[in-house]
Amino acid sequence: MKTQILSVSKRAGLSILTAMSTLTLCVPSVQAGMMDDPVISKFTMDKLEVSDQEDNPVIWETDFWIMKGLQRLVIKSEGESVNGESESHNLLLYGQGIAPYWDLQLGLGYDTHEEDSHNWGVIGLSGMAPYFFETDAYALVDGDGTLGLRLSTEYEALITQRLILSPEAELKAYSGEIPELKIGSGLSSLGIGLRLRYEFTRKFAPYVGIEWHQTFGDTADYHEEDQETSLVAGLRFWF
Amino acid sequence: MKTLTPSVNAPARVTRRRFIEGAVIGSAMVGVGFKPSELLASTAQTVKPMAHPNILTGTEFHLEIGRAVVNFTGTPQIATTVNGMLPSPTLVWREGDTVTLHVTNTLDEDSSIHWHGIILPFEMDGVPGLTFDGIQPGETFTYTFTVQQHGTYWYHSHSGFQEQTGLYGAIVIVPKEADPYDTQRDYVIQLSDWTDEDPNEVFANLKKMPDYYNFKQRTLGDFFSEVQEKGFKQAFNDRKMWNEMSMMDRDLSDVTGHTYTFLMNGSNPATHWRGLFKKGERVRLRFINSSAMTFFDVRIPGLKMTVIASDGNLVQSVEVDEFRIGVAETYDVLVEPEDEPAYCVFAQALDRSGFAVGSLTTDAKLTAEVPEMDPLPILTHTDMAMGGHHSGHDMSGMEHTQHTMPESSGEMDHSMHQNMDHSRHAMPQSNTEPLHQMEADMDHSKHAMHQEMNHEQPQSHSKHAMEAFFDANQVVADWPVEQAEIQWGPQTNMRAENAQYRLSDPGVGLRNNGRKVLTYADLRNLHSTRHDPQPDREIILNLTGNMERYLWSIDGVPYSKADPLHFKYGERIRITFVNHTMMNHPMHLHGLWSDLETGDMNHLPRKHTVIVQPGARISYRVTVDAKGVWAYHCHMLFHMAGMFRKVIVA
Repeated sequence: MKTQILSVSKRAGLSILTAMSTLTLCVPSVQAGMMDDPVISKFTMDKLEVSDQEDNPVIWETDFWIMKGLQRLVIKSEGESVNGESESHNLLLYGQGIAPYWDLQLGLGYDTHEEDSHNWGVIGLSGMAPYFFETDAYALVDGDGTLGLRLSTEYEALITQRLILSPEAELKAYSGEIPELKIGSGLSSLGIGLRLRYEFTRKFAPYVGIEWHQTFGDTADYHEEDQETSLVAGLRFWF
Repeated sequence: MKTLTPSVNAPARVTRRRFIEGAVIGSAMVGVGFKPSELLASTAQTVKPMAHPNILTGTEFHLEIGRAVVNFTGTPQIATTVNGMLPSPTLVWREGDTVTLHVTNTLDEDSSIHWHGIILPFEMDGVPGLTFDGIQPGETFTYTFTVQQHGTYWYHSHSGFQEQTGLYGAIVIVPKEADPYDTQRDYVIQLSDWTDEDPNEVFANLKKMPDYYNFKQRTLGDFFSEVQEKGFKQAFNDRKMWNEMSMMDRDLSDVTGHTYTFLMNGSNPATHWRGLFKKGERVRLRFINSSAMTFFDVRIPGLKMTVIASDGNLVQSVEVDEFRIGVAETYDVLVEPEDEPAYCVFAQALDRSGFAVGSLTTDAKLTAEVPEMDPLPILTHTDMAMGGHHSGHDMSGMEHTQHTMPESSGEMDHSMHQNMDHSRHAMPQSNTEPLHQMEADMDHSKHAMHQEMNHEQPQSHSKHAMEAFFDANQVVADWPVEQAEIQWGPQTNMRAENAQYRLSDPGVGLRNNGRKVLTYADLRNLHSTRHDPQPDREIILNLTGNMERYLWSIDGVPYSKADPLHFKYGERIRITFVNHTMMNHPMHLHGLWSDLETGDMNHLPRKHTVIVQPGARISYRVTVDAKGVWAYHCHMLFHMAGMFRKVIVA
């Protein structure tokens, strides 16, 4: 798997990962902060997995933040790479805490699909909804005025203190067609996943899971299959 | 001493690891006890031969802050020490003496020593950035001050997280007058929490994942058993408030036994501290909680403990089976071991993730059986100040947001409260009733709660009841009350809508456990305080935070953004804390005493560190008799960054 990662890391979507993890390592750790809230940074590889779909695509979902108090700079990346071809969604955001569990985030989005790319302006909310649902909601707008909406939520149920079952759902919709990203107008896709991880430590957990993905309407026309169910196996880690 | 066999009763978690005994330089595992008065029996300059290398006596002290190798977990680590010891040496002073302490910093970073609970000029208080510049590497700072008090205190670094890495020691001050409790044997029992992790890393982990160290969280299985027990609807509804607020009822300690090894006088549970006694002796135990983040529940199965002092100051003796000691508090207790050859001194962490343990024993080779830890405590709606039910205490519907009535007496003549409806009052517990700040239209109809919290009141106080009552009644709301506007927002995730005085509540995990547990309501000053002046004004301080972001603050404002508090020299201030969080906060005011309102207005016990329970309120009075700059903060090491204020007395 390692070689696969290296081979795709040249792609636009993945090069950002290297930058993010390097940033985390470069940021000085907490320094004797008895009198003030320290600057903290966190790099999370939420998903790094292989799917059982044809040619075993590699999927990643990751975020990096650097924070002081209620303000943070966030970089997020998610995507898929298969046979050297990749597609990804990347965000560079400034976040400000506006409610106990919510950050308002503003920034830029950069999507890639093979050799093409697409830029967005982004505004969103990131945080925890009641009943402990980790939730992100982003509205996007591009230069042509096309709007996008991306919602995702995730829950963690403890089977034991270390064995954790994590259902999640992600929905995407667009106000117009974006051919270079193979996206049609309207509700574009819905993904539902269920992953079971074992936390050897808080910071390191391998997992297995199942992912169901459905494309709709015009978006579905771009795809050979409008529905996919995959088994996945991967690693979650953070530092 | 190294030939001692580790206790066979040590918990499996630690016995699986290999301990290198005696790795802590100079830390004596077996204590023979000492008599502080004998150590200082002759002139102050004559230091008698010491029972221990880690007890220093006299008026002039040379302390060297440095590093030493310790091994509490099986992995050698570097600790921050004084004179190479962990805990740092016990300092024995005499009341009235002027002590001089030359503190040399051999570290490669700044350091400091703060004399916790000691009344002294503020320049000697040892808080870098506030009262002095700290002690730079290679420098020596000389502290000198006259000792104006006696009892049990302690000292620790006030720089960075050095306290977590070992820089703490005991202070025992011998009274100028004869000690009313000059016992045959006297032990300091210093409790602490040790981690092999860098404390900066611990703090960063909490910031990145606030439940990082909590391995006692709810599981699906817990929910399913509840569904089986009470049906889905009830089980779901019971979780509703917590789920809607995104809070956990098993969120008891930020940092737990997952990383901490709990120490008693520098001994882990496997090396097991031992203190010798002979049958029939009366033994004084000076408990000091020098932890960074851990509250302990302390008991000695088979022995009653007579509490005689709190935070160094004598209180009217009260016999208990158990007490909770907050971070930075001290309690002196007397025990009279008689029947058994060994007794276990058992200090379990509040969240039951581990314990510190030792034995009082007649034979150094003998350790007492270590009891099981109590079940995991579960937070209740009371701890959230949400009313509702817990352990049979019905606190719902109570409406007394402003009054000071931790408990009161059914024996008293309530007809004297002319404007209040006490018609259904049932408060049989105590005999005095502080009534200031009480609103005329208060509804006291449901104050039956405290009677269920099993504790007995010493009868000897009843004669003061009426006097105290009059005192209290005269001071109803006749001082101005100041409260800053609370900055609610993303930095706060809980609001105690119905915060109560809970002085007779022993706290989560200790309620109705069948043992007589000390509460603040039991603490009465040994001496009368009835002539203390009334407050000139009151300041309400709200303890706030957002556990999910791991941010802590006072009135919603962290220290870095807060204005100093200004106290006027000579005034008497009443401080009321309201805790809007799920955590206990031990609030420590430097340089000035906190005279805690525990129910008997004639005998306010004098403390330096006061626990504010989750979702509760508490009040104390401060005579502002020391000019200068003082630190005022939560003593939980990782809460300090935000829950801190500078106090300026001018």
